[in-house]
Amino acid sequence: MLIEAKNIKFGYSKSKPVINGVNFAADEGERVALVGPSGCGKSTLSQILAGCLNPQSGEVLFENKPLPRKGFCPAQLIYQHPEQAINPRLRLNATLREAWTPDAVFLDEIGIAPEWLNRYPAELSGGELQRFCVARALAPQTRFIIADEMSTMLDVITQAQIWELMLRQIERRGLGLLVVTHSTELAARVCSRIVRFESLTRQGRSTAV
Amino acid sequence: MKMKVLPAEKRPNRRAMIGIVCVLIFLILITLYIVGASMNELLFEPDFSQKLLPPTMKHPFGTDFLGRDMFARTIKGLSLSMFIGATASGAAAVIALIVGIVAALGKTWLDHFLNWVIDLTMGIPHTVLLILIAIATGRGITGLIIGISLTHWTGIARIIRGEVLQIRSRRYITASRKLGKSRLWVAVRHILPHMIPQFFIGLVLQFPHAIMHESGLTFLGYGMPPETPAIGIILSESMRYLSAGMWWLAFFPGAALAIVVLLIDKLGESLKLALDPASAQE
Repeated sequence: MLIEAKNIKFGYSKSKPVINGVNFAADEGERVALVGPSGCGKSTLSQILAGCLNPQSGEVLFENKPLPRKGFCPAQLIYQHPEQAINPRLRLNATLREAWTPDAVFLDEIGIAPEWLNRYPAELSGGELQRFCVARALAPQTRFIIADEMSTMLDVITQAQIWELMLRQIERRGLGLLVVTHSTELAARVCSRIVRFESLTRQGRSTAV
Repeated sequence: MKMKVLPAEKRPNRRAMIGIVCVLIFLILITLYIVGASMNELLFEPDFSQKLLPPTMKHPFGTDFLGRDMFARTIKGLSLSMFIGATASGAAAVIALIVGIVAALGKTWLDHFLNWVIDLTMGIPHTVLLILIAIATGRGITGLIIGISLTHWTGIARIIRGEVLQIRSRRYITASRKLGKSRLWVAVRHILPHMIPQFFIGLVLQFPHAIMHESGLTFLGYGMPPETPAIGIILSESMRYLSAGMWWLAFFPGAALAIVVLLIDKLGESLKLALDPASAQE
């Protein structure tokens, strides 16, 4: 199992857990969609899986070892709002280099024009910024990508473009993928397995599409 | 006549213009400081035959009750005040910046401790603490600088710390940590750039404050010796002669001080604009 969440409990206050007893698992190279109503805890779970939040109880295992707390996290999260995930005071070149230094071929494939690198985030559109978030998450050490409503705020054409660019990279490198979405069309198109959030509290695995 | 609009690439970049303004102001202030600091003291020697003269070509700012040339004294005083103001507010801002970085590193107990020190310092009346520190550190210019910097860092520190606490919970900070960056790296690369504008604004706002406290303390007798040509001393001396109609004693030194403070204010404003990424390509 590449990534595994066991009996996760988490709440923003001690007495009221947002999610409780959640189990989740994904294999190497597997593409899973996570669907569920708004506010059920999908984003909280994705943040826990990426190590951004620490669960109150339960654990996240990566290749059967606890997810590393320090250093590069092999599970990388792509947020819904790229403009919040990029420091407005740094040029995009610096933001990208923080993760790794991609070559010109990669930048071309992911759809980043070389002149964008020298700009500040305020000078790019949301779709353009999201490409930087995708490029950053695709660093060589990454093994699993969590896309939390990654394309929700983009228009249809940009959505299709970004997914195509990203899936090409993910396929080539055999990365695992978790897609958090409300769109069943997207889930069916991109993923090999759809998981309803409610089912996670009972069992980790779920039915294949 | 029709205005010719230059194509975008030929128009001077707004950032470059701001840069030129910054350099110009900086040069003016530096020149003023060097002229004042290297001034021959004979230029404002007492001369009792020239007592209390209104402004003339020979003495553009007039002379005082000892017949000293006020123009030379004002320049000398400005350079002294600029030195004290810059050093004290610079030191205060640096202390505040360190507090901000500590808050950014996320060591809660250290942050709480520093917050307690801020409360403690703010709780003691300003002037009393200033006088105590100035006396304890040996009066004169050194005492003043240490006293002013140790009492004036709290305001800036509060602002910077508030900013840091807000930035610290941003998504790009978490993202950076998960890309394997250390707390220190994140504090320096991500959070520090957000503190810089507050740092400069604090520095500039503290500058006139520092000069005022320098003059206030000197007026009370805890600062510099009364023969020193500091703007504060000049102004407090002039108060006695104002009612006798000798306006030039207060007007010129006061106006000169106001101009210097405004220049520094403009410098701070321009720096803020130059550092703002939203205006980088304009």
